[in-house]
Amino acid sequence: MVSRPMLEIVSLQKCFGDNVILRDINLKVAQGELVFIIGPSGSGKSTMLRCCNRLEEPSGGDVIVDGRNIMSGTRRDLDLMRLKVGMVFQGFHLYPHMSVLNNVTLAQRKAMGRTAEEAKARAMDMLERVGLAHKADAMPAQLSGGQQQRVAIARALALDPLVMLFDEPTSALDPELVGSVLAVMKDLKAKGMTMLVVSHEMGFARETADRVIFMDGGVVVEEGAPDEIFGAPKAERTQAFLSRVTR
Amino acid sequence: MQSLMDQFFNLEIMAKALPLMLSGLWMTAKLCAAVIVLGLGGGLVVALANVSPRRWLRFPSIVFTDIFRALPPLVLLIFIYSGLPFAGIEISPFAAVALAFLLNNSAYYAEVYRAGILSVGKGQWEAARSTGLSQTQTLTSVVLPQAVRNVLPDLLSNTVEVVKLTSLASVVSLSELLYTANMARSITYNASPLVLAALIYLVILWPVVRLVSRFQRRLAA
Ligand SMILES: Nc1ncnc2c1ncn2[C@@H]1O[C@H](COP(=O)(O)OP(=O)(O)OP(=O)(O)O)[C@@H](O)[C@H]1O
Ligand SMILES: [Mg+2]
Repeated sequence: MVSRPMLEIVSLQKCFGDNVILRDINLKVAQGELVFIIGPSGSGKSTMLRCCNRLEEPSGGDVIVDGRNIMSGTRRDLDLMRLKVGMVFQGFHLYPHMSVLNNVTLAQRKAMGRTAEEAKARAMDMLERVGLAHKADAMPAQLSGGQQQRVAIARALALDPLVMLFDEPTSALDPELVGSVLAVMKDLKAKGMTMLVVSHEMGFARETADRVIFMDGGVVVEEGAPDEIFGAPKAERTQAFLSRVTR
Repeated sequence: MQSLMDQFFNLEIMAKALPLMLSGLWMTAKLCAAVIVLGLGGGLVVALANVSPRRWLRFPSIVFTDIFRALPPLVLLIFIYSGLPFAGIEISPFAAVALAFLLNNSAYYAEVYRAGILSVGKGQWEAARSTGLSQTQTLTSVVLPQAVRNVLPDLLSNTVEVVKLTSLASVVSLSELLYTANMARSITYNASPLVLAALIYLVILWPVVRLVSRFQRRLAA
């Protein structure tokens, strides 16, 4: 039997009013694969990612996670689905009124129903993994941007997601802090996480991505291995975009 | 000079009026407790309806806050106490005052909460929802704690207003602090009980007002 994709996007459409942002997006992400998404500003990269956990409600099409269509089901099913699809935002969005530890345990306790002890143990494991176990009792405001983003990753990982979505996770960081976050992501990939990453870190993509997707005008214009896309892009629009960003 | 002291700061008369005025203070305290506790709760409910995406919840909440912020509380009080009996609804002075000021204050508290809820960024909602927390869980664990912290000075300010407002209850002969002080004044033919009442309000509210200022400075910093 052919292994089914961990994440599958089928004819995804999204419009805001008359404004068609996603025209027809199709994408399959296999288990353990890292798919890297590039495209001009406003091409709908964030919108596509946000449709994958229905933070944005698709106008049409389907998103299938681990064989289950997330477009059907009750509100409770939607919340349960979100446990399986971790998301990391450009702006971190840690809860500023809670310690790092509580940031990582909150959804485990409230949404997953883990006990306080289970949640804490899992949180400490995840904080260890992102190198911040010693900051468990700190408040988010006491951390650097890079540290905050790693806590945000730990917060998502603690829920045992099947897929992780990253929307420009390093774009808000000072250059010297980018490396620590990318290192955590590399480690995640090495441990077999399925990842969908929107980013401008082309070096990271060359090293880590299995596949690169170029989006423009609401469709996937071109996709291929990093070497193909960065080395010898076929589509004119991809060439134009890459010559602009890698100059 | 001496007569001025006798008329306004007569300790003997203040001492004599004190038991009566303490019973008035107790009434004021009960009234404040009712209006503040129910107002904080009612205001929150109204505010939540106000920020709801559902129009059938939002609309009545907007009407409520608009009406009860625009109506003078004294008009409302006299209407409830003296007007409703014409409809066969008799209501005790305490209930009339509590109801009138509750309506007025829930509307004000609601506006404060609403500002607090809107001050919490969309990112907080999205981060919480993306981890599988429900709308209600996000509200109670993530948004409201931050919202309340952001508007704490305004909530406190409004609470000071509630305490001051309760002195209006004297017009329906509810024996709260001001009413008992005025009664003592009319019995003793001396203004000292009124001065004492003013001092009691001051002693209770001044620290709170100070606190509000300090909070405001800290939040601004
Ligand atoms: N809630 C919304 N309402 C209306 N238009 C929106 C909304 N969200 C996004 N858009 C529009 O959709 C388009 C795509 O936005 P999106 O954020 O997905 O682009 P992006 O590819 O992530 O861009 P960037 O690289 O700048 O992050 C933009 O033109 C944007 O203005
Ligand atoms: Mg974006």
